[in-house]
Amino acid sequence: MRKKIFISACFFFACIAVSARVIKAGKHQAYPSIQQAIDASVPGDTVWVEAGVYREKNIVIKKSIFLSGDHYPVLDGEHHYEILSVKAPNVTIKGFKLMNSGISSLEDIAGLKIYNVSGVVVDSNILQNTFFGIYVQGGKNCIITNNQLKASSQTEQQSGNGIHCWKCDSMQITGNNISGHRDGIYFEFVTNSIIWRNISTHNIRYGLHFMFSNNDAYITNVFQNNGAGVSVMFTRGVKMFNNRFEDNWGDGAFGLLLKEISDSYVIGNKFIDNTSGIFMEGVSRVQIERNEFKKNGWGMKIQASCMDNKIAENNFLANTFDVGTNGSLVLNSFDGNYWDKYEGYDLNKDNRGDIPYHPVSLFSVIVEKNPPSMMLFRSFMTSLMDKAEKILPSLTPENLKDDFPYMKPLPL
Amino acid sequence: MKKITKYVIADILRNKIVIGYTAFLLVISLSVFNLEDNSTKGLLSLLNIILIIVPLVCIIFSTIYIYNSSEFVELLVSQPLHRRNIWISLFTGLVSSLAFAFFAGVGIPIILYAPSATGMIMLAMGLILSVIFVAIAMLAAVITRDKAKGIGISILLWLYFSLLFDGIVLFLLFQFQDYPLEKAMVVVSAFNPIDLGRILILLKMDISALMGYTGAIFKDFFGTGLGFSISLAILFLWMIIPTWLSLRKFNKKDL
Repeated sequence: MRKKIFISACFFFACIAVSARVIKAGKHQAYPSIQQAIDASVPGDTVWVEAGVYREKNIVIKKSIFLSGDHYPVLDGEHHYEILSVKAPNVTIKGFKLMNSGISSLEDIAGLKIYNVSGVVVDSNILQNTFFGIYVQGGKNCIITNNQLKASSQTEQQSGNGIHCWKCDSMQITGNNISGHRDGIYFEFVTNSIIWRNISTHNIRYGLHFMFSNNDAYITNVFQNNGAGVSVMFTRGVKMFNNRFEDNWGDGAFGLLLKEISDSYVIGNKFIDNTSGIFMEGVSRVQIERNEFKKNGWGMKIQASCMDNKIAENNFLANTFDVGTNGSLVLNSFDGNYWDKYEGYDLNKDNRGDIPYHPVSLFSVIVEKNPPSMMLFRSFMTSLMDKAEKILPSLTPENLKDDFPYMKPLPL
Repeated sequence: MKKITKYVIADILRNKIVIGYTAFLLVISLSVFNLEDNSTKGLLSLLNIILIIVPLVCIIFSTIYIYNSSEFVELLVSQPLHRRNIWISLFTGLVSSLAFAFFAGVGIPIILYAPSATGMIMLAMGLILSVIFVAIAMLAAVITRDKAKGIGISILLWLYFSLLFDGIVLFLLFQFQDYPLEKAMVVVSAFNPIDLGRILILLKMDISALMGYTGAIFKDFFGTGLGFSISLAILFLWMIIPTWLSLRKFNKKDL
């Protein structure tokens, strides 16, 4: 039976290979418009588009074809239309420049929209000034790779998300460069997907916005200078490896916001120059390991609603405050990190400090309760209070401590 | 006037204390930069020196110096000289020698090890605080004839500016924490030159933490060119007003 299927599959693919044609569109070709060329094609054909500017309102693809652009033909939406709509499975779109989609507050107009199909590949395209960039709704096994998305709107209302996935499964978002959108990458109800090697910068709201999306991974991405950093919410089984979270400044801006996350991993990331490196609320059973927290206002803000998280083998370097919290209940483990503010000693030379380190300073508790007291930061009196608190903890959570702090920074 | 200033400077430099102060600052700043692995941490340790030690030394040394030179001042007053000139040259002499000591002790290491914006603003604030606390010391010294009392007043003033003021502010912050105090805090900080200097330094140093809500208000005010100029103007007033008050007092004083 299996053999039969294999043979018939071979035959099927051979047929496609035999029947595939190349249909050329362009000013000097048989079909002057792309839509005409697509209408003339059969599934499996290649539609090759000559360089030039095409104003064809909305181009709809209803056949499984390979749409290929030569030297980035420009598809102009004239600030009014959705430029490309993909309504057939296994379509590949490569090498186009999509510009000026419409903007609407009623509809989600995108540069390229994929409607409930699977196996679509969007490769090496340039999107400029689109409302939503690449919008996938109900997609499966789609690949969005090496695209450049750039928008320049000023307000959240006037801009959509760069790569927007809604109710998708098994997506691959790799090597894209996104800037100036509302959210760089937006995931809602997306499962079993990977976000790899993307660069998301200068977006108005979040670099990556992630909700109800279980069992996804994002690896080796750069999120820089976004309005509010990266937000991961209401999700379990997320793997966050080797990303960089940089320069997210402002009250309510976080390198990484984790809200209602469970059974996840945050490993090998770098958090540099953020107001808060990680902000955690209602997070449970998450491992935060081998990360570097450097030059942040708060390395980590961990609310009392978090439990059973393991924070180990991280480097905390040159942060204003290492850890902030809002209560005295501590159900997380902080053992075995490097803290550059640690002042203990190591008598038995095992590279672990002999006395515990309390990463929450009295002053960070005071600031948490009364933000204007930030004015007194680093004043003589508050340093005195911090010292006194270190000897006799009274206000800071006594259990929030690292019993085995490293003496030297870990090589990360 | 120039001659008196020159004499005061020469006298102070001959006095071993200022040389000791310079050496002390130099040793501390060099060791701070050499011991810490990054210059940011070094600057952080220096911050405490600038905000605590510099005002303390300036205010105490100047007070004692003025009391000790009271006979010299009496002698000068008997000469055909304006009292105003005598007092101003005394001030100039003290300021220039202490500021020079600070510059040699802390400024040079900062320029060598951390010539960043943070380093520069720390250097500027240290110099400004030196001037301000000499001015305050002169006011304290002219208020009373009694040396012990005068030194007591200046120690109390130092304690007030570096510790008590912040304590009072913290107390008020917690008493009135239901009210929006962020903007009020900007005004309050103008009443203490140490706080004002510290905030200006922090705006360069701990910028990420200060970008929280309160910080944003500070940043909106102090971070702009206008706010920065206003705060510099306020620091300038802190130099002028005590000097002017002490001068008025000295002019009428029965020596």
